[in-house]
Amino acid sequence: MTPITVRVDDASYTDDVEPRTLLVHYLREQLGKVGTVVGCDTSNCGACTVHLDGEAVKSCTVLAIQADGCEVTTIEGLARGAELHPVQKAFHEMHGLQCGYCTPGMIMASIDLLKDNPDPSDDEVREGIEGNLCRCTGYQNIVRAVRSAAAEMRGGSDGTGDGSVPPASVSPAVVDTAAAPHVAAQS
Amino acid sequence: MTAVEDRTGTPAPEKEIGKARRRKEDARLITGRTTWTDNTVLPGMLHLAVVRSPVAHARITNVDVSAAREAPGVVAVYTGQDFAEEQGSLPCAWPVTPDMVNPGHPSIAVDQVNHVGEAVAIIVARSKTAAQDAVELTDIDYELLPVVLDMEQAVQDGADLVHDQLESNTSYHFVFDAGEMGTGGDTEQAFSGADVVVSRRFVQQRLIPAFMEPRSVVVQPQGDNYTMWSSTQVPHILRVMAAMVTGIPEHKLRVIAPDVGGGFGGKLQVNPEEILCLLIARRLGKPVKWTETRSESLMTAHHGRDQVQFVDIAADREGHVKGLRVRLLADMGAYLRLITPGVPALGAFMYPGIYKFPAYRFECDGVFTNKVPTDAYRGAGRPEATFAIERIMDELAVELGMDPMELRRKNWIDAAEFPFTTVAGLAYDSGDYETATQQALELLGYDELRAEQQQRRESNDPVQLGIGISTFTEMCGLAPSRVLGSLSFGAGGWESASIRMLPTGKVEVVTGSTPHGQGHETAWSQLVADSLGVPFEDVEVLHGDTAISPRGLDTYGSRSLVVGGSAVVKAADKVIAKARKIAAHLLEASEDDLDFSGGTFSVRGTPGAGISIQEIALAIFAAHDYPEGIEPSIDAEATFDPENFSFPHGTHLCAMEVDTDTGFVKIRKYACVDDIGTIVNPLIVEGQIHGGLAQGIAQALYEEAIYDADGNLTTGTFVDYLVPSAADLPHFDTGNTVHTAPGNPIGAKGVGEAGCIASTPAVVNAALDAVRHLGVSDIRMPLTPERVWRAIHQGGDGGDRAAAGSNAYGGAQTETTAGVSTDASSLGGDR
Amino acid sequence: MIPAPFAYARPTTVDEALQALAAGGEDVKVMAGGQSLIPVMRLRLAAPETVVDLSKVEGLRGVRDDGDAIVIGAMTTHSDVLSDPLIAEHAPLIAEATGTVADRQVRHRGTFGGALVHADPAGDLPAVALALDAEFVVVGPSGQRTVPASEFFVDYLTTAVGEGELLVEVRVPKLAGEWGMRYEKFNRVAQAWSIVAVAAVVRRENGRIAEARIGLTNMGPTPLRARAVEEALAGAEATPDAVGAAAARAAEGTEPSSDLNAQADYRQHLATVLTRRAVSAAAGL
Repeated sequence: MTPITVRVDDASYTDDVEPRTLLVHYLREQLGKVGTVVGCDTSNCGACTVHLDGEAVKSCTVLAIQADGCEVTTIEGLARGAELHPVQKAFHEMHGLQCGYCTPGMIMASIDLLKDNPDPSDDEVREGIEGNLCRCTGYQNIVRAVRSAAAEMRGGSDGTGDGSVPPASVSPAVVDTAAAPHVAAQS
Repeated sequence: MTAVEDRTGTPAPEKEIGKARRRKEDARLITGRTTWTDNTVLPGMLHLAVVRSPVAHARITNVDVSAAREAPGVVAVYTGQDFAEEQGSLPCAWPVTPDMVNPGHPSIAVDQVNHVGEAVAIIVARSKTAAQDAVELTDIDYELLPVVLDMEQAVQDGADLVHDQLESNTSYHFVFDAGEMGTGGDTEQAFSGADVVVSRRFVQQRLIPAFMEPRSVVVQPQGDNYTMWSSTQVPHILRVMAAMVTGIPEHKLRVIAPDVGGGFGGKLQVNPEEILCLLIARRLGKPVKWTETRSESLMTAHHGRDQVQFVDIAADREGHVKGLRVRLLADMGAYLRLITPGVPALGAFMYPGIYKFPAYRFECDGVFTNKVPTDAYRGAGRPEATFAIERIMDELAVELGMDPMELRRKNWIDAAEFPFTTVAGLAYDSGDYETATQQALELLGYDELRAEQQQRRESNDPVQLGIGISTFTEMCGLAPSRVLGSLSFGAGGWESASIRMLPTGKVEVVTGSTPHGQGHETAWSQLVADSLGVPFEDVEVLHGDTAISPRGLDTYGSRSLVVGGSAVVKAADKVIAKARKIAAHLLEASEDDLDFSGGTFSVRGTPGAGISIQEIALAIFAAHDYPEGIEPSIDAEATFDPENFSFPHGTHLCAMEVDTDTGFVKIRKYACVDDIGTIVNPLIVEGQIHGGLAQGIAQALYEEAIYDADGNLTTGTFVDYLVPSAADLPHFDTGNTVHTAPGNPIGAKGVGEAGCIASTPAVVNAALDAVRHLGVSDIRMPLTPERVWRAIHQGGDGGDRAAAGSNAYGGAQTETTAGVSTDASSLGGDR
Repeated sequence: MIPAPFAYARPTTVDEALQALAAGGEDVKVMAGGQSLIPVMRLRLAAPETVVDLSKVEGLRGVRDDGDAIVIGAMTTHSDVLSDPLIAEHAPLIAEATGTVADRQVRHRGTFGGALVHADPAGDLPAVALALDAEFVVVGPSGQRTVPASEFFVDYLTTAVGEGELLVEVRVPKLAGEWGMRYEKFNRVAQAWSIVAVAAVVRRENGRIAEARIGLTNMGPTPLRARAVEEALAGAEATPDAVGAAAARAAEGTEPSSDLNAQADYRQHLATVLTRRAVSAAAGL
């Protein structure tokens, strides 16, 4: 057992871990951060994606001990109170999830992509989330969600924003309203 | 209380049905506040790891688990002998013929293993890690038996047997003959007199449902009661079956499906591990958990498809179809699971598709092999049928020199002919194939793409273009209970719902149709908001716990909205009927003089007099003032049993580029127009279509479970079992026509499987259309670049793939079982 | 799955790392980014007694200009490579191939040196290093040595890095003259390894191909140079016909494996097609 100190979602934790403990198992089983999930054992599916010192990584392919002294952000640390991150909000708005199992990883990977490319095309989004598998959505609404969030984070859909927009001040209960812009309601 | 107030001028609320409501479910899913089964932690909980057979067919000659028992943290180790007397057999609910042979299916092997991955011992330990470490300390000796893998060989006389106590590898022979059933003419006659007969052999490769959430089970014993949490599609069915298998009385067993991360048929099962968790929790009196790894899931969760189809079609020279003959070999795997034998039989009725065949005969042999059992996978029988008919229609068109769409038009059921009883005896309810097709052609830009195809052919472009068509229908809304009875299915097809009107006017809706990602909470809220005239936000939908939702048949077969949603609407009708009596009493009016609209009862001809149903809920909770002779409750329960299936249909078109130099295929454009009846939530409908398309396209292009000659699954990780990513799939252009289903109060037909059923033949037909002029008439699925290249340059259908796993991660396919290590490779770094 | 237990060392200097390797016994593994090692340990296909994690070793990460070469530290991540201006200027082929490695999460952790020492025949970077005539700087108990790419890849998953040694950096010579480069990767899904890939580096002079270096991925247990193609291209006209004729020799001397993605003869065919495409693009055709 080796002691590690990790800052996860803005709280510090000191724990003893075995060297072989994977970061995702440490998060889930020792910290109770069960929002981050495991979907495979070969680092293909991306469901376990978290940010390690600001970069998206597959937490099933990082040892917990390697996170010693690092800052980890999980899906549970994205929202500020009732204020969802724009990418979370966009996944909801654009129906970018169904069963939701891939969603934490998909959202964390998408945020990482938008950091490098604030205005990705459809194809760039598709390539940017190539390391995250979804079995439900066929990805089309995920692509829409990421592009929509990108526009909001840039400060409007015209792509001229400066990217300094604060998190969307919308809670899930509030956004449950009108028809999605890309879907024609049945008349 | 203000039972009466002025209601004039209140605008009618907007209809919820048809509105693209964002999903209520999302709030927890996008924030990680989820309740996956594996999240469950209970005091004193023990962890299970399963020791699995590394061989496909063998007698177990010795089991030595003594070292594992001594390992740190290990509490107990069990073998098949330990449960031989009490484990019974996993259930098969669908004996498709009276003489079907079912060898029985132990949850843990006792003296023989019949597929790689079968459980042979169980470690129970204080931690998951300790359990997994101890797996490597077990020592099991096997006496190898001949491995049976190929169905066509397995049905030959003298073939090696999977189960040597049986006479053959054939479980059953199922026949549907329209001539004998009186729904069509004599098939042999139809063929003998036909101008043209086209015969093909199609292979439905073995697929893996590959839901994203690995299966997980937790069982907590409490005295003689047991609570089971399971990542299942079917908590209600699981409860009944687990009670029957283990002897735990049904009323002592509660099953909970919390958040469930996808299923696609793959979690429509009673799993060995669910039974074993119950048996071990009972024996130890402690809570236990089992969560599978992905490799375990790919290796041992049931697979789908795996059929060889021999299809003959007869027609006259003008292109009128005269007869259809289908003979199937369907791979059961080593055992019969919940509905293993029924999957191909379910497809039996769909081979005629949307066409007016005068004669039809279907035969199917269910065949045992030393592979993991097959069972339901999205579409279950209907994708296979749709593939066969849509592929053979193209082949017939080629034979006749006719445009494939013209051939279809000539034979499909016209809009004016609905309802139409097909040669398979099904009464198709509604639709308009021509309109859907026209819309799809426009969405695709059919004429421009045909022109480009011509140009590419003329210029001998190395990248050729093809367009594939699939005009499909399916039977959904499973299912009329009497029809299931006539097919010997072990249960009905009804669904249950109840509505509880709470004192504050909020509404609890209990549904027996258990979701696992579809969005029932949102759609059911919309149904109830419209029926009861209450705000969408005031409705809460409860599900997935047999203690909360005691009656139900769960979610599969595109049934939830059609059957389960209808039960909800029926329950709402009963609530209104009960409330009407209270309203009449409180408003001092006759029931006959009450109108109910927008959630409020008003008295006809008396402006201003009215009471809302939410107010009635409070009044009847207080129960101070209600009519004599009735119970003080407006809660209601309903069970809906459909009288017919529903029949979604649509036209799917795929434009495909084929690189003739490499065989690489790329979807250029995909357009489809589906008629699924009434659309309750267009957002959810669109999502279901997209997801179905992804899986149908994946069957055509990417996915295949491959076993090597020893019966090892070489596609044992996501490295080699290729679930496509966003970068591998195209944008989909989707549309709808709406012909409401007459068989249910909503008018819905079902949408969960449409995209998956329709797309596969469209994709394959497109690839063939691109290279048919090069002499290619078939390519086996999935259309790997190698197969496409071989078909173009060497003829044939592309042939078998090599069975060896790729050398990714130094050959890290898991032909080893979980926890069984092989020689360490010489890895020095990483990718 | 959870890896089998192992002892873990996290040195902070190269000397400490060498000591940890020496002390780690027979079954010691070096972990760079861990993006291949951890999965195979999870599957328990590898169960080393000791893992020496290089992630905290100073001085192994980054790219520097060293006159006639750029020098890439072994622990430079794939992400670093993709954004590095020196690589973009002098060896864009490395960035092009790195961009096809796995996915962005893996590229954040996986390293340039780790991928080369892993020497997966389906990995993308070994063939690129071969085509660029890179040199590998290896340190061990007896000091430092430099191994040319042509001698570095010894066998399946095996390199010239011996027991107790470490790869610390890779020198990539700057190219003089009018060079073009292309990495043509062929796989079935986006994040997959190469079925076959071709790295082409071509120098043009007066409308002719003066020199070509072709590296082949996954055409045998090690990455290979397509020498027959290189010879045929040397001095050839820069025309599609000439390139096509030369590329037809791409499979000479190769012994690719057969697996579920491709059988050997198909891999050999792919090598010719991809070589034609890579060389054509590198030559600006």
